Amino acid sequence: MSSDVRFTDFKSDKQPTWCPGCGDFGTMNGMMKALAETGNDPDNTFIVAGIGCSGKIGTYMHSYALHGVHGRALPVGIGVKMANPDLEVMVSGGDGDGYSIGAGHFIHAVRRNVDMSYVVMDNRIYGLTKGQASPTSREDFETSTSPDGPNQPPVNPKALALASGATFIAQSFSSNAQRHAEIVQKAVEHDGFGFVNVYSPCVTFNDVDTYDYFRDAIVDLDETDHDPSDRDQAKDKILESDKEYMGVLYQDEDSVPFEEREGVEGSMAEIPDGAPEGAMDLVREFY
Amino acid sequence: MPEDLNWAIGGEAGDGIDSTGKIFAQALSRAGRHVFTSKDFASRIRGGYTAYKVRTSVDRVESVVDRLDILIALTERTIHENEDELHEDSVIIYDGERSTMQDVEVPGDATALEVPLKRLAEDAGGAIMLNVVALGAACEVTGFPIENLDESLEKRFGDKGEAIVENNKEAARKGQHYVQEEYGEFDYDMETTDEDYVLLNGDEAIGMGAIAAGCRFYAGYPITPATDVMEYMTGRVDQFGGKVVQAEDELSAINMALGAARAGARAMTATSGPGIDLMTETFGLVATSETPLVICDVMRSGPSTGMPTKQEQGDLNMTLYGGHGEIPRFVVAPTTVSECFWKTVEAFNLAEKYQTPVFLVSDLAMAVTEQTFSPETFDMDEVEIDRGKVVDENDIDAWLDEKGRFQAHFAAADGVSPRAFPGTTDGAHMTTGLEHDELGRRTEDTDVRIEQVDKRQRKVETAREQEDFDYREFGDPDADTLVISWGSNEGALRESLTLLEEDGYDVRFLSVPYIFPRPDLSAEIEAAEDVIVVECNATGQFADVIEHDVLERVQRINKYNGVRFKADELATDIKETLDAPAEATQ
Ligand SMILES: Cc1ncc(C[n+]2csc(CCOP(=O)(O)OP(=O)(O)O)c2C)c(N)n1
Ligand code: SF4
Repeated sequence: MSSDVRFTDFKSDKQPTWCPGCGDFGTMNGMMKALAETGNDPDNTFIVAGIGCSGKIGTYMHSYALHGVHGRALPVGIGVKMANPDLEVMVSGGDGDGYSIGAGHFIHAVRRNVDMSYVVMDNRIYGLTKGQASPTSREDFETSTSPDGPNQPPVNPKALALASGATFIAQSFSSNAQRHAEIVQKAVEHDGFGFVNVYSPCVTFNDVDTYDYFRDAIVDLDETDHDPSDRDQAKDKILESDKEYMGVLYQDEDSVPFEEREGVEGSMAEIPDGAPEGAMDLVREFY
Repeated sequence: MPEDLNWAIGGEAGDGIDSTGKIFAQALSRAGRHVFTSKDFASRIRGGYTAYKVRTSVDRVESVVDRLDILIALTERTIHENEDELHEDSVIIYDGERSTMQDVEVPGDATALEVPLKRLAEDAGGAIMLNVVALGAACEVTGFPIENLDESLEKRFGDKGEAIVENNKEAARKGQHYVQEEYGEFDYDMETTDEDYVLLNGDEAIGMGAIAAGCRFYAGYPITPATDVMEYMTGRVDQFGGKVVQAEDELSAINMALGAARAGARAMTATSGPGIDLMTETFGLVATSETPLVICDVMRSGPSTGMPTKQEQGDLNMTLYGGHGEIPRFVVAPTTVSECFWKTVEAFNLAEKYQTPVFLVSDLAMAVTEQTFSPETFDMDEVEIDRGKVVDENDIDAWLDEKGRFQAHFAAADGVSPRAFPGTTDGAHMTTGLEHDELGRRTEDTDVRIEQVDKRQRKVETAREQEDFDYREFGDPDADTLVISWGSNEGALRESLTLLEEDGYDVRFLSVPYIFPRPDLSAEIEAAEDVIVVECNATGQFADVIEHDVLERVQRINKYNGVRFKADELATDIKETLDAPAEATQ
């Protein structure tokens, strides 16, 4: 790992096909900065992405990466990290990918607390399939498949995470470059599952949750007296459904990652050339 | 007395039937006798009827038969369930003092031994040992040296302390003496030998094979009858630096295993039919991302939840064709318990050599059957590991393009690209379920699409050239009747050959462990007059593929670059097809 890694080293030579102005540009830049700042380089980093506009991120970044199927990026990330804890693993996807089709995996990834980061680009819409309601869409948000609005309250992913035993919950806003990079960096540095919900506006299909909306609504937790180590404070903030916060909502400083608790010691890639030593004991057990 | 002896204990689920049966089976195996066990069980935890059957002989036994010589019946129903298998020399042991067993009618001429199992167990220290009293009684009936049972009791109860072991030995003796005093001599006389056998089932053999082959990561979700693979690996793989993770569902399990495999570990998941359905989504991703992965399907009766505790070989089509689009894959189906071990080792090698999903197809019958083997059957020195084209910092340069980018999907002539484990300097690369170029980057370019489809498909041809996808042959090689089978039917078929031979039928039998790629059986089929395919399913899925193989091939025009057929192009293609020799267009 060289100290002279720059965040641009994490850029691939593929030009993003995101719409000009898409929030995902900022989100990705922050991810790259956070990785470089934490001393990683592309050869020790593994990015897993889901499906959606957001999921394309693995293509535009340069590292070891896997772009999987819709909603299943988290289990892939867990497998990578368990098999080689020396890798820096970052998983990314959209609100549809993570909280709809992948919701089951989300809560289990949270409670499993493997040491990796999960950055969700929350644009409150399905972008890639051209503008249908997502699980974070507002109740009255009109879309092609919900002309009168989804008519059901949005999920609160931070509350889901907290209820599932999260050890790190943060929220960020892609257009606030400096803060966003800082927040993702904290998630990367966290010993355990670092979850960041990023407001990452879709300029093409969402005319409600826009840059302007978020800019006005968002409150930076650093400018309040919020104490992220206090779970009750975090809970109160997370359940305030009319507020948009930016910063680390909750962090358990005593978090011990799953793989550490399970005693996974190093890479599982190295195996002997034949059956492992002592393998005949496996047979003798059956006497 | 019969050369081989068939013994069973039956009762309600929760009566300790399994562990009692296992104690006896282990005692036999330690006494140098071959054992083949089977289970009747229903999908319930308590109550119902359940039985553990043991067939044993000094010669190898490969299947179950319709005959019971000794039956320990803990419930009356056990007797009725097995009525057809009892004969005039059969002995039934039951507790006539139990209120539910007082009016037991013994079918036919079978001998009934009323042994106060519960009372004797209480005398020995606790009613819970009544099954062991019955085992002691069975030792007396069969003339089986009770010392061998002692060893097995030590193994089973050793962890619980000396006192418990001694009580159990005592309980067994009480059963033995009771029979001796009340019923006297029996015709049976169980020979023992000096052989040392190991006794294990198909699931355990798969788990053992996986660890031997270097599998270090297993993710799964419990399902009958695959759970034993997971339970076997739990705890054991840790001793070799690995881990078992119980995922939240099968979608997660296969994706975790995929992640671990990409990180360089040998990884596996195992499930049964319903779980395979869920995993199907990820088959294509495994194949297009060219990730080596072993996916084990221990089949049970389907469709849907079907009969979870009953045997069937109904998922063959699913493993052969499951998943949208077209993906190269290998399907390997062990035919015996020991083959479960060796084919698992082979599955890992195939997966890594060709960077493809390998379906390891087993079934319930094999999963719950314990069989004896000499330990050398699993000679670990014979295990070979082939990780395929793994590159490291020393040789990665050869695989970088002119801009220094690693070509993880290089369209090699043999279809197999280099593989760099994450962490390898200069190896950083992207891979995806989207169609991609040699660098792993998404593409819709029609030429690149064709190049990558062909490249992946070439692995199959390469494997056909390099590997020995053979079958096992039994019976009379010149017989006019050819029987073909796959999976766990091999043992029963082999034994049936002997019976057929006695009746003057000559049969040639091929047991085929490779479903895809599979051996070419056309010559064998041509040479035979009658061809019979035996499989445990309703429609004959393997028969279908074999029939397909021997059909005269139709000529084909295929297009897969992502664009629909055009009229002028089709006309040209058809003309070319007609003008060219048939073979060239396949
Ligand atoms: C199994 C499956 N179902 C549906 C789709 C189609 N699909 C692609 S992206 C997407 C929604 C993505 O929404 P989101 O995660 O919010 O990402 P965004 O595009 O907004 O960034 C859907 C439904 C798919 N690829 N796979
Ligand atoms: S559709 Fe929306 S989310 Fe997708 S690239 Fe365009 S702006 Fe971004």
